[in-house]
Amino acid sequence: MLGEGILKGLAETAKNFAGSFVSAERLTTVQYPEQRIAPIEATRDFPFLVYDGGNWEAGLRCVACQICEKECPPQCIHIEKSKDKKPDALGKPQFYPARFDIDISVCMSCQICVEVCPFEAIKMDTEFELSTTDRFGGLLFDRKRLAKSNEYYHGIHPTEAAEVDVRLAKEKAKVEAKAKAAAAASAAKAGAPTTKPTVGPAEGEGRA
Amino acid sequence: MIETVDQIFVLLEHWLVGFLPVFLQPAAGVVLCVVAIIAGFPALFAVTVLLERKGLGRMQNRIGPNRVGPLGILQPVADGIKSLTKEDIVPLKADAVVHFLAPVYLVVVVFMGYAVLPMGRNMTLVNMDAGLLFYFAMSASTELSVFMAGWSSRNKYSLLGAMRAVAQMISYEVPLLMSSVAVVMITGSLSLNRIVEAQNQYTWGLPHWYIFTPWGFAGFAMYAIAATAETNRSPFDLPEGESELVAGYFTEYSGFKFAEFFLGEYVGMLSISGLGTTLFLGGWSAPFESLGWVPSWFWFFAKIMMSMCVFIWLRGTLPRLRQDQLMNFAWKFVLPFTLLNLMVAALWRFMGDGWARWVVCSAILVVVYVAMGRGGMRRKHFGPRSYRYAE
Repeated sequence: MLGEGILKGLAETAKNFAGSFVSAERLTTVQYPEQRIAPIEATRDFPFLVYDGGNWEAGLRCVACQICEKECPPQCIHIEKSKDKKPDALGKPQFYPARFDIDISVCMSCQICVEVCPFEAIKMDTEFELSTTDRFGGLLFDRKRLAKSNEYYHGIHPTEAAEVDVRLAKEKAKVEAKAKAAAAASAAKAGAPTTKPTVGPAEGEGRA
Repeated sequence: MIETVDQIFVLLEHWLVGFLPVFLQPAAGVVLCVVAIIAGFPALFAVTVLLERKGLGRMQNRIGPNRVGPLGILQPVADGIKSLTKEDIVPLKADAVVHFLAPVYLVVVVFMGYAVLPMGRNMTLVNMDAGLLFYFAMSASTELSVFMAGWSSRNKYSLLGAMRAVAQMISYEVPLLMSSVAVVMITGSLSLNRIVEAQNQYTWGLPHWYIFTPWGFAGFAMYAIAATAETNRSPFDLPEGESELVAGYFTEYSGFKFAEFFLGEYVGMLSISGLGTTLFLGGWSAPFESLGWVPSWFWFFAKIMMSMCVFIWLRGTLPRLRQDQLMNFAWKFVLPFTLLNLMVAALWRFMGDGWARWVVCSAILVVVYVAMGRGGMRRKHFGPRSYRYAE
């Protein structure tokens, strides 16, 4: 009959109205500043720089290759390459970023910098409470602000971080094997034990 | 004591006016009543907005506003401050004078309707013989304001919204009037005071409200539908359909002018509920004879707030109609049914007392209602939607 559907609908909303006072499960609202839900693992918003070990400045994986700077679609990354070289995680002397700035007011969270980085140095963060009263300086993150430890990375993206660690360990093993082979070869060639090791084991490894 | 509480507002007015010289007293009394109406109904508007926001939230299994003040009860105050401090923008190409006048006109006209509503025993501002006519004249003028707003904004969305609003309001004005005419036929008067007095009688402790008669029930249902459409409320809120028209005729309004439209809409709802209460729900009369000691104004305001809750309930339930459905519903269902209701009311009047008229009138209305419903739905196919052009 005409109007039957309306009555059914009215009964449904009345049930919701009354039910929302009786059972708390009906209310899906999370009252944000007081209540929080843990972000899902795939959450990402802005990039950060991963460092190994306890010292953020020495442990930065970034070698200032500037690929991310060039790939960044809105061009929010600014990198200044260092003049000197420092040994990286594998002990190889590498450049390091003397300056690494990301303007997160420009960043569009596309994750392209993460995709292109060959050194697993830049990853996506989950921190979202970034509001500030200074919209220029407060949103321009320098490398100190961007640097976060590998443990932190494990905390926010455990699966992905474990994969990255496995990959890095494999690479390191390969390099070490190569170095050993090279050392053995050169030792055999020279016949004298005067060869100095070209590659030393990296210090301050903080990887789990 | 009961008498004093019942007449407390009237006595208060007399007491206040008594301080003035005699020749000023009539004018001062009117001004005082007008001030009371202009202060009182916006307060009810604030309560309604809060009820609506919290109630709709609960119907959708949300909490609703709960931040401003305890349980969020100060939310309307915050909304008011927000709209007062917002920038008032007039589009460059807009007709500035008309653009300014439209919301002012709406608020004025909407408040004029209250002049004839009996809000309690002896609580009618102007006791007009043709009060109902005056009320409809005022409520019909809101269309002009809507069109002024839409036309002067020089915005296609505003204009489309205004066109829709005017078409809808004119279409539903007719059944609104027709359903009220039945009441006038039975009462034999256009005076709203007389209409309330005719309903303020009791048999076996039960009131003689018109809603408890077959023609009154049908008339009230049609009145409620037409009133919902007349005030542009969901499910008839096409003029401000935000999915297609931004905000309809008040797209180009901001700040306090927008707040005025908002106020006009809700005060209009309160006033049309007041008229519906007066016509069908016995106005200020108590629902049982034994409750006669409760002040008459309490019943009036309780009834209009109940109507507002029904408005909110409907808004939380029904989706918006399409323009052609809206027009078909008005002209092919509501209008014929109100016309039939007029006949039934006449039959009721001339069949005299007795049980026979109850049976005959109810039977006619039910049979026609069912037949019209069946007929209207016959060629409608409900099911999964088929797309002709795009898959």
